[in-house]
Amino acid sequence: MAEAVVIAENLTKVYKMGEVEVHALRGLSLQIFKGEVVSIMGPSGSGKSTLMNILGCLDHPTSGRYILDGEEVSHLRDDQLAEIRNRKVGFIFQSFNLLGRQTALANVELPLRYAGVTKGRKERARQSLVAVGLENRLHHKPTELSGGQQQRVAIARALVNNPAIIMADEPTGNLDSKVGQEIMDLLLSLNRERGTTLIIVTHDPKIAAQTQRVIRIRDGVVDDTPEAERAKMEAA
Amino acid sequence: MTLFQAFIEALESLNSNKLRSGLTILGIVIGVAAVIAMLAIGRGAQDSITGAISGIGTNLLFVFSGNDQANLRNVRPLTIQDAEAIGDPFLAPHVAAVAPFIQSGNVIVSAGGEQARTSLGGVTPEYFKVRNFRVAEGEEINQEHLLGRASVALLGVEVAEKLFGRREGLVGETVRIEGQPFRVIGVMEEKGGSSFGSQDDVVFIPMTTARTRIIRRSTINRVDLILVQAVSARDVPQAAEEVAAILRERHRTEVGADDFTILSQQDFLQTVDTILGVFTTFLGGIAAISLLVGGIGIMNIMLVSVSERTREIGLRKALGARKRDILIQFLTESSLLSLIGGLIGILLGWVIAYIVGQIAAATGNAFTPAVGLDAILLATITSTIIGLFFGIYPANRAANLEPVEALRYE
Ligand SMILES: Nc1ncnc2c1ncn2[C@@H]1O[C@H](COP(=O)(O)OP(=O)(O)OP(=O)(O)O)[C@@H](O)[C@H]1O
Ligand SMILES: [Mg+2]
Repeated sequence: MAEAVVIAENLTKVYKMGEVEVHALRGLSLQIFKGEVVSIMGPSGSGKSTLMNILGCLDHPTSGRYILDGEEVSHLRDDQLAEIRNRKVGFIFQSFNLLGRQTALANVELPLRYAGVTKGRKERARQSLVAVGLENRLHHKPTELSGGQQQRVAIARALVNNPAIIMADEPTGNLDSKVGQEIMDLLLSLNRERGTTLIIVTHDPKIAAQTQRVIRIRDGVVDDTPEAERAKMEAA
Repeated sequence: MTLFQAFIEALESLNSNKLRSGLTILGIVIGVAAVIAMLAIGRGAQDSITGAISGIGTNLLFVFSGNDQANLRNVRPLTIQDAEAIGDPFLAPHVAAVAPFIQSGNVIVSAGGEQARTSLGGVTPEYFKVRNFRVAEGEEINQEHLLGRASVALLGVEVAEKLFGRREGLVGETVRIEGQPFRVIGVMEEKGGSSFGSQDDVVFIPMTTARTRIIRRSTINRVDLILVQAVSARDVPQAAEEVAAILRERHRTEVGADDFTILSQQDFLQTVDTILGVFTTFLGGIAAISLLVGGIGIMNIMLVSVSERTREIGLRKALGARKRDILIQFLTESSLLSLIGGLIGILLGWVIAYIVGQIAAATGNAFTPAVGLDAILLATITSTIIGLFFGIYPANRAANLEPVEALRYE
């Protein structure tokens, strides 16, 4: 198979809340390959978002090894992680997370700014917006855009730095199913055209069904139960 | 992120909340304006008073009776004879002229139906030379007037205006000083206001006349002040030494127990400078406190802004902002607030100083508040530093937010 973009080994994450320790991840291992579209499913509280935060270099695992695009990142300092996020990860959030005061173009430019790109920044941002079909909305502010359009801006922003992976935590969660499907189509077409690696957290089986592989998480570990057995268990 | 981008973003961000930014800036404006105005007014007062003292003449010495440095048993008053001795060119070769002077701060002068309270100076002809006073019309008091104890008077313009309603064509008129008739022989040139009160509100008569008829002293030959003019400004120290030697000899003072005081114009200037310096510092200090309050206002608003924008900070971090980027973003905002406030404050302070100057001029105490370049630099730098200083804590808070926590913040 192709080379692995994500190699996670034995990841654990413990949140300490005073006396109580919450074990959000308990020795989770997985691999994701270049150009793959993977969905992550699992019950609420199973640790999906926690995993995404670690895979997206927003957070440190409590223990375990994580290699992103050939680079060991589990022990990097905050500012080094910031740089990795900037270069290698594109984020798509459930609630879009655009800067409300800035135009679509300025929002998409933001990662390039932090990358220190000065030349051709606007043009790259524009191209990215064209790629998500928003060439007519460059100077609109988020409040002047529909939810689906806002999520497209977010996708353009995630794409603009040509990241190794795009991580989407419930990207369609705030959209109705029709618009959600449009967003999903866009993501899949970007994967087809550019070979972008996609990791999508979702609760929606219809979304998951469109991905090449579904990783199920239960209680902080990957649930390896074969599909047939799970069907039986769920029926029971 | 370059500083320029940070600057533009900070402007946008401040612009998006105009009222709040405006009120925060106002705090700094008031502080800086107060500092600028206070310093300008203090400086103006200093300039006008030192100017008045400098106007007295740089080679003048003032000789008073008494000495607060020494513990004296008996103090001999200064007399006409002392003045004459100082005027002896063999005893005091560096002295060019000597003018003994007696005065009363409060006499009643009347003419026709009008009367005025004014100060009276008993002078010798040298007085006009030493003080560089000239008559606008008529003649000065001369030796004949002095010897003849003539009942003649020179009027300051202010007195002339009060008594006659005009300042010209008064030679030959009669005024009554403390009820006694005097013939007006001239009107002094206008001197303008000074910080010591008007120099035009005065009447001069011959010293002999004053001593015998208006200002009665216990010791008949006593004078209040001896003005000594040195040959040149350079000779002032020698002249002072000579005067001191003469007076020690004549008063038979013990060593180190002079019963007189000699002040040069430099001494005056120094004293006044010291006093006004303290005064200015004090005013400036009070104003600086309001600047501090303005700075606390900035900190307050920046803290609010950081907590409002927690999610935004989380997002920026997710997109690759380093601590430094966030720090710079917020520091730029806070310094911009205070810098804008500082600039407006300088203008406002300038206007206030100007208005105070106008009011002072209108009430006859002409002095010009001076806004110095140093005050402007000081205000600009201080306000920017205040912005940085009070911005550091909030900005640091923002920079140290955990991205995950910040993104989850509602
Ligand atoms: N910052 C935190 N402090 C303490 N506990 C946390 C924190 N973040 C997550 N947890 C806990 O870790 C566990 C996993 O949470 P996580 O958000 O990863 O779940 P999830 O799978 O994304 O759920 P959902 O589908 O509802 O989004 C939960 O029990 C949660 O309460
Ligand atoms: Mg979640």
